[in-house]
Amino acid sequence: MLKYILKRLLLLIPVIIGISFIIFSIMQLTPGDPAREILGDNAAQEAVDALREEMGLNDPFLVQYGRYMWRAARGNFGTSYQTGQSVMKQILERFPTTIYLAIGATLVAIIIGVPVGLISAVKQYSLMDDVSTIFSMVLTAIPNFWLGLVLMLALSLKLKWFPAYGATSLKHFVLPWITLSCMTLAVLIRMTRSSMLEVIRQDYIRTARAKGAKESRIVFRHALRNALLPVITVIGTQLSVQLGGAIIVETVFSIPGLGTMIISGIKTKDIPVVMGGVMFIALVGGLVNLLVDILYAYIDPRLKSRYVGTKRDRKRLNQAKKEVTGDA
Amino acid sequence: MDEEKTIANPVLEVSDLEVVYRTDEETVYAVNGLSLKVNAGETLGLVGETGAGKTTLALSIMKLLPERIGFIENGTIILDGINVTKASPEAMRDLRGEVVSMIFQDPMTSLNPVVTIGEQIAEILELHKTTLSKKEREERVDRMLEMIGISPERKGEYPHQFSGGMKQRIVIAMALACEPLLLLADEPTTALDVTIQAQVLNIMNSLKERFKTATIFITHDLGIVAQTCDKVAVMYSGEIVEYGDLRHIFSKDPFHHPYTVGLFNSIPNIKSDAPRLSPINGMMPDPTIRFKGCRFAERCAHCTERCENEKPPFVDRDGHQVRCFLFAEDGEASSKTEVQAQ
Repeated sequence: MLKYILKRLLLLIPVIIGISFIIFSIMQLTPGDPAREILGDNAAQEAVDALREEMGLNDPFLVQYGRYMWRAARGNFGTSYQTGQSVMKQILERFPTTIYLAIGATLVAIIIGVPVGLISAVKQYSLMDDVSTIFSMVLTAIPNFWLGLVLMLALSLKLKWFPAYGATSLKHFVLPWITLSCMTLAVLIRMTRSSMLEVIRQDYIRTARAKGAKESRIVFRHALRNALLPVITVIGTQLSVQLGGAIIVETVFSIPGLGTMIISGIKTKDIPVVMGGVMFIALVGGLVNLLVDILYAYIDPRLKSRYVGTKRDRKRLNQAKKEVTGDA
Repeated sequence: MDEEKTIANPVLEVSDLEVVYRTDEETVYAVNGLSLKVNAGETLGLVGETGAGKTTLALSIMKLLPERIGFIENGTIILDGINVTKASPEAMRDLRGEVVSMIFQDPMTSLNPVVTIGEQIAEILELHKTTLSKKEREERVDRMLEMIGISPERKGEYPHQFSGGMKQRIVIAMALACEPLLLLADEPTTALDVTIQAQVLNIMNSLKERFKTATIFITHDLGIVAQTCDKVAVMYSGEIVEYGDLRHIFSKDPFHHPYTVGLFNSIPNIKSDAPRLSPINGMMPDPTIRFKGCRFAERCAHCTERCENEKPPFVDRDGHQVRCFLFAEDGEASSKTEVQAQ
């Protein structure tokens, strides 16, 4: 298992390098001049040129990229062009807010999506099934920035139930959570439903019926655990998708997270901030996926026995080998 | 479970059973007026080619036909005195596992991959033998595992850690854990290779004898039938065409249904010089069409005009019944579907 985790961690390195290269290129290709952004529109051209030279912005692209990566590899993500603050410090300050937003939204999606998907599979072709199908289609079709604005308009401006912006209390997070969870919710409903439908048709479910088990026991004891395996993978990928989705939702609700940081970085061509933010999100996404895969191995005994090698397992394995040879 | 199982009382009595599979496009007549009796402790071999309705019959007895598609249209199934066709879902749940158990064809897929085998065997006891304490249940599981030759220490392991033959033995242990009156074995060895087949059959036979369980053994392997069964029913296109003791069916005398003769001729014979097998010509009739006459007529060498228009009666000779006009003494011989007065 340890070997597997190490391998996966090593694989993250080329992924991060690839992402950083793409982001760095995009930042170079988009119009705008960081030095001009710092000094303002009224500054003299000579001053801007001097600053460019000082910041090394006149060096060839690859030299700039190499210099950035060389520093980053040693843990130095630079300082913000705008505020002069350390990028790492800014990230660590803002990250808890973003992860709180993403995890909260994922939980909302799980708590609603899995039971709804489950019911709609067990009662296939029922009214409930149709309603949930339509519901998830509608959710998929709604862009989250639009949903965020509508919710804000209706629930905070008109009804004044929730605050419209900021992130100081739990109440502030309700609307962003709903907004961000919606796509994941739709995916989870569909995924749980189809996975459950597939499992219910398996032979071992028929075996359970043949034993005289009640329908509820069949669903919860025999089907659910098998059906949730693919759902867990989806939850993992959705969590990393949500870290990205948070960028939009944070902007809509003016939440001071990584998303708003990256957006303002893009607006002011603050390259270190954008690079740091995106690479950090990519890294967290990769780690979350790894975590889900490890979790998966623990839930599915077929995978577990392949990766987990405790003393007891080895003993069992040897015994099993003996029995197999005795068997043949 | 300790009460004496009354001998000679039929455990299962199926009469005039008709089962259909109905979809939007078509209706498949899977079982057509089938009648059958299985006595306590008896093993009945149910043979016939794929699609003859053997599995459908077994699923009807369990009342586990696919929902919204499979329907029992007509007839009764009396299992241990209870009419299955009219039984409530709760009553059926009590019967399944306790009175009647089923072993499915593929051991690879019939065990739950994420539940340990010990738990899977214990579950059936938990469901039906509610008076047993957890400890007694565990002891019983250990005993069952010993009987099938798997070390009880391995009960905490998952199905994927066992070979195919072992899995099928586990399925057998599970099916027989409550010592049911009737076991439905649906081709339990078809998915296994030959060396493992014998081993699984032996274990099944010994457990069956020990618990005095009546069995319907569904197979298309006549060799296995010869080894394990007391009675044999030959099924063709949803009905029984021949029924009798093992010795009747395997006897050399010409009193056989032409289909049975065809089945035996299709077995490879090492001693004969024939370069090819002699299969039965043609295919089973389209199951979406209902027949007036004999369903085997179009493949039968002895087919007459009468065969095509009239349902042949069962001709009974000493308990050996053949459903064919070839042996009907006179044309009017009871052409009712009343069968198997044993």
